[in-house]
Amino acid sequence: MNGSKDQILARIREALRSPAPVPGNHDYSHLEMTPSRPKPELESFRQWLPPVESNSENQWDLLTKSFHALKTDFGLLESKARLIDFIQELQRAEQWKRVGIHHGAMTDEIASYLEIEKLWVDEGYDPQAMEQCDVGISECDAIVAQTGSILITAKSAGGRGLSVLPPHHLVLARTSQIVADLPSAYELLYKRYGGNFPSMISFITGPSRTGDIERIVVLGAHGPKKLTVAILKD
Amino acid sequence: MNSTFSKDFKKNSGRMSQDLTHRAVIKKALGAYEIKRDENRSKYLNWQEARQAASEIKWEAVNHLDRYLLEMTKNLEARGTKVFWASNAEEARQYVISLAVEKKVKSIIKSKTMTSEEIHLNGALEKLGYDVVESDLGEYIVQLNEEPPYHLVFPAMHLTRGQIKEIFKRKLGSDTSDLPEELTMVARNIMRQKYLTADMGISGANFGVAETGMISITENEGNARLTTSFPKIHVALMGIEKVIPKLGDLAILLPLLATAGGGQQITCYNTMIGGPRQPGECDGPEEFHLVLIDNRRTELLADAEQRDALHCIRCGACLNVCPIFKNSGGHSYGTTYQGPIGSVITPHLRGLQDWKHLSSASSLCGSCTEVCPVKIDIHHHLLHNRRNAVTQMPVWWERIAFKGFSIATANPALFQLGIKIGRVFQPLHFLIKGTLLDPVRAWTQTRDLPEIPAKSFRQQWKSRQ
Ligand code: SF4
Repeated sequence: MNGSKDQILARIREALRSPAPVPGNHDYSHLEMTPSRPKPELESFRQWLPPVESNSENQWDLLTKSFHALKTDFGLLESKARLIDFIQELQRAEQWKRVGIHHGAMTDEIASYLEIEKLWVDEGYDPQAMEQCDVGISECDAIVAQTGSILITAKSAGGRGLSVLPPHHLVLARTSQIVADLPSAYELLYKRYGGNFPSMISFITGPSRTGDIERIVVLGAHGPKKLTVAILKD
Repeated sequence: MNSTFSKDFKKNSGRMSQDLTHRAVIKKALGAYEIKRDENRSKYLNWQEARQAASEIKWEAVNHLDRYLLEMTKNLEARGTKVFWASNAEEARQYVISLAVEKKVKSIIKSKTMTSEEIHLNGALEKLGYDVVESDLGEYIVQLNEEPPYHLVFPAMHLTRGQIKEIFKRKLGSDTSDLPEELTMVARNIMRQKYLTADMGISGANFGVAETGMISITENEGNARLTTSFPKIHVALMGIEKVIPKLGDLAILLPLLATAGGGQQITCYNTMIGGPRQPGECDGPEEFHLVLIDNRRTELLADAEQRDALHCIRCGACLNVCPIFKNSGGHSYGTTYQGPIGSVITPHLRGLQDWKHLSSASSLCGSCTEVCPVKIDIHHHLLHNRRNAVTQMPVWWERIAFKGFSIATANPALFQLGIKIGRVFQPLHFLIKGTLLDPVRAWTQTRDLPEIPAKSFRQQWKSRQ
């Protein structure tokens, strides 16, 4: 059953019989009906979007600036040992009792250093048990320097719920995962998942927030109150 | 002839524009937005070209709508999504209701969707006894206050924290201060269990991607992600015009939407959903239904001159700069979509003669057109609506008046005579000023008519030569 599909399509085709003027041309004295160029594509967006330099040091500067502005916590860790310290310190400070986590190269390694109850999500899980977790630990696909966004998918970050239900989302990443801008992030998605995209892809930019009361920003509206990105230098 | 909608609009906007508290609240809310918006807009290498690119992307989609809709639905269906095409509000509502009945749904959680407001879904579901909760904080507040959203993007921007505290106290029995943090936490705590226990999650869709068969949802709170992660059934409502050709197009549309709409570089969560839980995934809904809604969008599509109004990405930027919106307030419109774009499209969606008055409620300053991230020619379309309304149903006295005016202005002697007569009678105008006898009372009720000067420009010119 697909409802009024045929009727709607027929109405659309009928309506489109008369051509519309090309977009952005507000001069009614001579309206063009055929666009002078094909619709712009991904590669061309960079010439208009906020610029990002290709040098990785500048990208890191830009990224840290965004992280500060968005209230995303982060650490740039020189070695695996430092990464483990960083996370154990968080655990002590916040007194985690239970963590939600998925299997992955980085997460597996970290998990062995966390001596607390773990909810492994990979084979399915009880949402109520996840609700009891103090933190959700996940990997990611990429980090976008331009916007300070973390790109995750259901595949890379342990499904849909882990990165949004627990009050603290901790992302494990490597410096090699930093990409310059949004167009690069989409290029990466095409390349990595091509014909078989995970059912959920999300750009996470800072902890959950709302401005619905007098436009005053409050963190932790429904999703995580805290977002931490631990980035291992490689 | 004035429709009751027009009378209501006049009454309500008249009342609101004199409400100084309302004005102060709106001014404060939008002031902060403007600063952030300008700051983020200035980071673009070329904001104008970015707008042009976005408008070309939407033009391509809207002008080949049948093709892209078919591509999108084919891709979605291939991965287990059920697509339903609804001609009108009734069909869309019925589909959601039958689904709820069939699946024995009890409670429903919703994330923000203006399309649901458009088809009056909440009321229909509640009447049948379903527990429907809006999870977006602003939407939740106006739902508790039993009023429609005030603004496309900021549904509760007209309420002060004190008022919100009172609403929470009255409806939820909560006893907090009026700090936004505390109020937000009240909603957070109530909602968390709802995400986990609701049987159905209903969301909107900011974009539909043809190439990969996905919907894209933009939000800040994380409520849409929760709504689309835990309930067993996810239903998304989407207007047919929301489709875009490629996944990569989002790389420019998402930042434009965020900057124009919220003054942000990008919103907190931009989520693309391409079906129910897939094999090998650990969570996500078992079923994903997409309801595509026409509801007279094809009538707007048939108007080639105004077809670009379907490019709208509902960012709300045109509302935020509109002097009419800021003074009349979102509720005065009496429409689902407020502000300049609402005034353009409502006559198409709900009848020109009933809603033409909104197109006249404009100073034609053009601010809306200037800020629109997809370059819709909003203020010219207000003029097009005015023209179409009179062509369709001419107003006899206006015709006579304009005829008279054109004769008088084309004939200097007649014009001079008019001024002379005016000078004689104007001093007597105060006798009838603003009363029923006054032919220009719509103007003079609240304003003064400038006095005709003793010497006209012509006379002054002559005496100086
Ligand atoms: S008309 Fe343009 S500015 Fe107004 S809401 Fe739509 S996209 Fe935004």
